[in-house]
Amino acid sequence: MAETALDSQAPLSLKRKFSESAFARVGKYMAVRLVTMAFTVLVGLYLTILIANMGGYVDEIRRGDIREQVTTQVRNDATLKFLSGDQRAKIIESRVQNEEKRLGLNRPFAVRSLAFLRDAVTLNLGFAEFLNADNGSRSVKVIVLERLPSTLLLFGTTDIILFFATLFAALSLSRHYGSWIDKVIVALSPMSAAPSWFYGIFVIVIFAAYLQVLPFGGMVDVPPPDNKVEYALSMLKHMILPSLALALNQVAFSIYGSRTFFLIYSSEDYVEMAKAKGLTSRDIERKYILRPTLPTNITSFAFLLIGVWGGAPIFEGVFNWPGLGRTTLIAAGLFDTPVIIGTTVIFAYLLAITVFLLDFVYALVDPRVKIGSESSNS
Amino acid sequence: MKSMKRFFAEIAQYPSAVFGMVLIFALFAFSLYTVIALPYNEAISLWRGDENVWYRTPKVAQPRWINWFLKEDLPETFWFNSANGEGTKTEEFSNGTNKIFISMPFDYNSKDFPQELSIYFTSTFEQKQPFVSVKMLTPDGREINIGSFAVGKTFTYRFSQDPKLQRRLKNISPEQSLFMDLTADPLVPQAVPGRYELQIEGVAFEENSTVDAEFIVYGKVYGWAGTDHRRRDISIALMWGAPIALAFGFLTAIGTSITTMIIAAFGTWYGGWIDEVIQRITEINLILPFLSILIMIGTFYSRSLWTMLVAVIALSIFGGSIKGFRAIFLQIKEAPYVEAARAYGASNMRIIMQYLVPRIIPLLIPQLVILIPSNVFLESSLTLIGLGDPILPTWGKLIQEGVRNGALVQGQYYWVLEPSLILLATGLSFALVGFSLDRIFNPRLRGM
Repeated sequence: MAETALDSQAPLSLKRKFSESAFARVGKYMAVRLVTMAFTVLVGLYLTILIANMGGYVDEIRRGDIREQVTTQVRNDATLKFLSGDQRAKIIESRVQNEEKRLGLNRPFAVRSLAFLRDAVTLNLGFAEFLNADNGSRSVKVIVLERLPSTLLLFGTTDIILFFATLFAALSLSRHYGSWIDKVIVALSPMSAAPSWFYGIFVIVIFAAYLQVLPFGGMVDVPPPDNKVEYALSMLKHMILPSLALALNQVAFSIYGSRTFFLIYSSEDYVEMAKAKGLTSRDIERKYILRPTLPTNITSFAFLLIGVWGGAPIFEGVFNWPGLGRTTLIAAGLFDTPVIIGTTVIFAYLLAITVFLLDFVYALVDPRVKIGSESSNS
Repeated sequence: MKSMKRFFAEIAQYPSAVFGMVLIFALFAFSLYTVIALPYNEAISLWRGDENVWYRTPKVAQPRWINWFLKEDLPETFWFNSANGEGTKTEEFSNGTNKIFISMPFDYNSKDFPQELSIYFTSTFEQKQPFVSVKMLTPDGREINIGSFAVGKTFTYRFSQDPKLQRRLKNISPEQSLFMDLTADPLVPQAVPGRYELQIEGVAFEENSTVDAEFIVYGKVYGWAGTDHRRRDISIALMWGAPIALAFGFLTAIGTSITTMIIAAFGTWYGGWIDEVIQRITEINLILPFLSILIMIGTFYSRSLWTMLVAVIALSIFGGSIKGFRAIFLQIKEAPYVEAARAYGASNMRIIMQYLVPRIIPLLIPQLVILIPSNVFLESSLTLIGLGDPILPTWGKLIQEGVRNGALVQGQYYWVLEPSLILLATGLSFALVGFSLDRIFNPRLRGM
């Protein structure tokens, strides 16, 4: 996460900073940042590769599988029936070696893992071992791209709407602090202690099982409607319950959190001053409360966007939503290492890029933040 | 003591916190009761028991209290065992044959039909098997022959699995036909409530040979929690879920937050490369696929709850909260009293453990309490992705088995809702207390 040099420490180093040219400072900062980031991503990815391969154990499993397959093949091959046991063993051995060579299993795992790392870093995601896309492709890229839209559709839409809705609700609540609606929000905020899939079960019981007005899960009706409008409507219908569950899980807590945050800012002197000047509450909210809290809000929005990537495995499982989360869960269960590594690679890159960019966005939106000043050493 | 009193007085000002405390206390009492009333080994052997343990309970039966909400009561489950002196049993030995007569009158007071009927026979003989014939008398005066058969040492007769009986009853399943009200509309079949009687006449051909029977009427409700697809009483998992959830929640919350805090303290105090390494590990940890690691551990090592607990703690130590602690420690580090301690020559260890850490405890406690419910739910989440403990009966297990066996689709809501509601109550109680503690310990938030 990005640490920023906020006002408190800035004055100490101010003199020295001004002596350097701003350009050199930013340049140096960026370079250091990029190197640490690259290091983090590389180590994280390498660990993921080790984990997804179980430190080479997956290779052992695969070798065993190959040997078994080749042995059965040779045994069932009528043309090889008249050979002696020794000869057959030789044939098996050479075929096993061929197969291992084809899959690169003849090299030690340490060497292979570095090759995996190179492929991962260059986004050469390769082919899945077990999973395949609906069109039959084994390419990890195709699988991910096929699942991504449904995850983005559900979590992207819902989370972004919820983010802005709760932000503005919190803003107006912080100005009506102590009202009954405020008290209700405070009382309901512990609701987010339960995960979203948990609310999923409740809304399914109520709306799908008991009232039978909405579908249990899935993304479209079966069979899917031909008409494009009907297809969209059917999808919308299937999105209601998952969105509702997500909202139940998040709304009260995020309103409570940002409201408390805004409250701290709305008791600042300059806000009182603005009030005294007789500015409209809309102006006070936008210019005097939202503006100074913008960096924090941008951070949470950025991390929300990263969080959308990958979806939520259990949540998608409960709603039978054909998204990326469920796919990673299945992949993890099958030890489909390329898929696990592929999704992790993309996640790591997104995270690194976001964290990297956030520092600059901070400097843009908050004049107090100086890129590369002493204390932002992380 | 005084500070404790003040603390409770302060807590008492928050009704939600009081409510939460009461709930937590109730949960602890419930857990304690469970551990004493149903010892661990007994619970496990019951929960892992097969049809031999659970032969008396109906399949997927609703809890008994469901009858309070229904117009017509659903039938309960009951049984008679002549070996235990239930029902009346007479024996008459003459001419080398032992004539046995068992009568089991019972009151049936539901208009719904039972789920199933079974008789478990046990007999003692040396060479020749005893022979029994079974009859049923109904309150509307019918006398129905169920069947006649030779009985081995043990013999199970299931009414619904006797094709001969079914044919005789005009292809209506026996558990319906025997109880059917013939005057009622045949499209809306109804049972006749009243006194029924099962009569078993047995003939044994040896002097000390006898027959005993256990007659079970499987109703549609059972116990205070209902049963699952394997006839197990759900209440066992509901009860044992409580201590397990509390233990898991507490241990993970304490384990992660305290270790995280101490690591953050060390990092900030020593600074330099130690701090740098800790920061890098935190960032790397953010990238690692949490789920895949857990699944790997579950598959290749053990799926035991305690292994998972250690894994979860290990993976969450370098979590996001380390940054929060670090920010606070950075401030405390500059405080004059820390400088004073350094000046009189306090060791690093002493400064960290006695000067830095205690200052953060007020901030730590609310966080810790808020962390408990998320860890309680984590256990269920792990179970839902197939990483549940294979032995322990937990709430998550109930939810997972219910969902997987179509409880929601088939309207067996109690199966999923009971553990869900109790989970929700647990989560809420800790969250309520935690949020109030947060407001008490952090005066900046007070009243907000």
